[in-house]
Amino acid sequence: MAEATVADAAVDPTALFEFLLRMGDNTLILGHRLSEWCGHAPALEEDIALANTALDLIGQTQLWLGLAGAVEGKGRSADDLAFLRDACEFRNLLLNERPNGDFGKTLMRQFLFDAWHHLFLNALRLSSDTRIAEIAGKASKEVSYHLERSRDLVIRLGDGTAESHGRMQGALDDLWPYTGEMFMNEASDAVLAAAGVAPEPAGLKTEWDALVGETLSEATLKEPAEGYMQKGGKRGIHTEHLGYILADMQFLQRAYPGATW
Amino acid sequence: MYAQMVKTDAPRVKTLDEMDPQERSFQERIDQGQKIEPKEWMPEGYRKTLIRQISQHAHSEIVGQLPEGNWITRAPTLERKAILLAKVQDEAGHGLYLYCAAETLGISRDEMYEQLHSGKAKYSSIFNYPTLTWADIGAIGWLVDGAAIMNQVPLQRCSYGPYSRAMIRICKEESFHQRQGFDILMKMVKGTPAQKAMVQDALNRWWWPSLMMFGPSDDASVHSAQSMAWKIKQNSNDELRQKFVDQTVPQAEYLGLTIPDPKLEWNEEKGGYDFGEPDWNEFFEVLAGNGPCNAERLGARRKAWADGAWFRDGLTAYAEKQAARRAGNEAAAE
Repeated sequence: MAEATVADAAVDPTALFEFLLRMGDNTLILGHRLSEWCGHAPALEEDIALANTALDLIGQTQLWLGLAGAVEGKGRSADDLAFLRDACEFRNLLLNERPNGDFGKTLMRQFLFDAWHHLFLNALRLSSDTRIAEIAGKASKEVSYHLERSRDLVIRLGDGTAESHGRMQGALDDLWPYTGEMFMNEASDAVLAAAGVAPEPAGLKTEWDALVGETLSEATLKEPAEGYMQKGGKRGIHTEHLGYILADMQFLQRAYPGATW
Repeated sequence: MYAQMVKTDAPRVKTLDEMDPQERSFQERIDQGQKIEPKEWMPEGYRKTLIRQISQHAHSEIVGQLPEGNWITRAPTLERKAILLAKVQDEAGHGLYLYCAAETLGISRDEMYEQLHSGKAKYSSIFNYPTLTWADIGAIGWLVDGAAIMNQVPLQRCSYGPYSRAMIRICKEESFHQRQGFDILMKMVKGTPAQKAMVQDALNRWWWPSLMMFGPSDDASVHSAQSMAWKIKQNSNDELRQKFVDQTVPQAEYLGLTIPDPKLEWNEEKGGYDFGEPDWNEFFEVLAGNGPCNAERLGARRKAWADGAWFRDGLTAYAEKQAARRAGNEAAAE
């Protein structure tokens, strides 16, 4: 159990728990998607880089969900939260559960998320909850490297051949409606922001727009027009894809209840 | 052993007196335990044998990602998932060092891939078996990595410098892999009856293919004799297999498992175990492409390469554009 802090006493534990689930579920689900590439990437260096990124994300999941379990106070471990919740209890962004598609789509999804993840973690380093600030400090080092890599590849492939450009533009157009959810404030966000635990998501949009816009322009890609944005992941209303991810991920824990591995 | 039955092109091993002065001085350096480095003269047969062996080893690491990758998304805990990801990442890294070592002999990575995809180059027979349960991930670490270490420890002393140095790095990581495999199984045999049965089933399926990893007896093989004369190979297949069995049987006993070989018996006189003969017909069928997963494994690698062509072309095109832009800027500055 993590030690209680000053912020802990001041903040509604349910809001804090929800927030930690969002952080941990984002890394868990994206780490899962990246793992699906194992052995199938277009170059050996990419296999290594994807496994490395997935490993970082799973490591971060252990920290976020471990803290979530401690905050909840019902004795649930990170593993219990990862392997024994159903889809409606997951709080990840819909973006992260989108299927891998081709390698271009996987990279574009990674870049759009990394840009948000990087900005958000940097802000969390200043969290009034020291436990959160510590996890963010560790994770942000890893994520700044993820962003450097995905940003570089988006630029190179966008400005590569006509085919690579077309694929990256297609991936961007497809995934764009899933980016709005990153900046939608939930009721619990105001509580956390007031206590200095985490910034309100909407506040990061300007910086994200600048980072993404500058990258897309260097990649010679056209930023899609503002339009309808998909939402629901943060409230547990997911796409059809999440159920299959969980069926895969939770198989052993569900088929052999109570066994230890 | 990730390289099986590597041919040398030698009709028989020459004596020093039969060699011309250049070849003789090369052989004498090997006999003295000196390392051969990339730019130095070497017999064509030595170079080709090393390319075959190192590329086969590299391909095994790459294809080997697939059976283990099959369980990353289904690993039972976050910690097991992280460990398996780290292990598979190490293996891809081993592939990378080995392709680099082979490239010092004058072949490109793309050419080696081409040989893998066309079926001309082989990879270890073991990766054509399926991973059906989580216990198989433990069994691969314990038995497959265990057998690989048995072969790779002597390869650290191989006469070719770049291969020897790659093996020194690889061996350090492989022993961690073997321990993680054993640890998976330790946990499971202490678990429920279903878990223990899963472990025994995995041993039943992986035991014989693991013994086959060393290849058939090569006491009479001219290729092995030549490889040994060149100090590419240091031990016979039977010696390594015996060592593996002697090491592994007590570990199986410790886990409370039964080795699926009725002929297995301690032989006091030789100070090792007697054991049955693997089904070599099965081995040759697997090498010929008829194993349970040959089509999937090679198909997955071919598809990854073909589907990734646009990605590799895109990066090349970008690099060329950047070079042209730089040249343009320099010209403008003059």
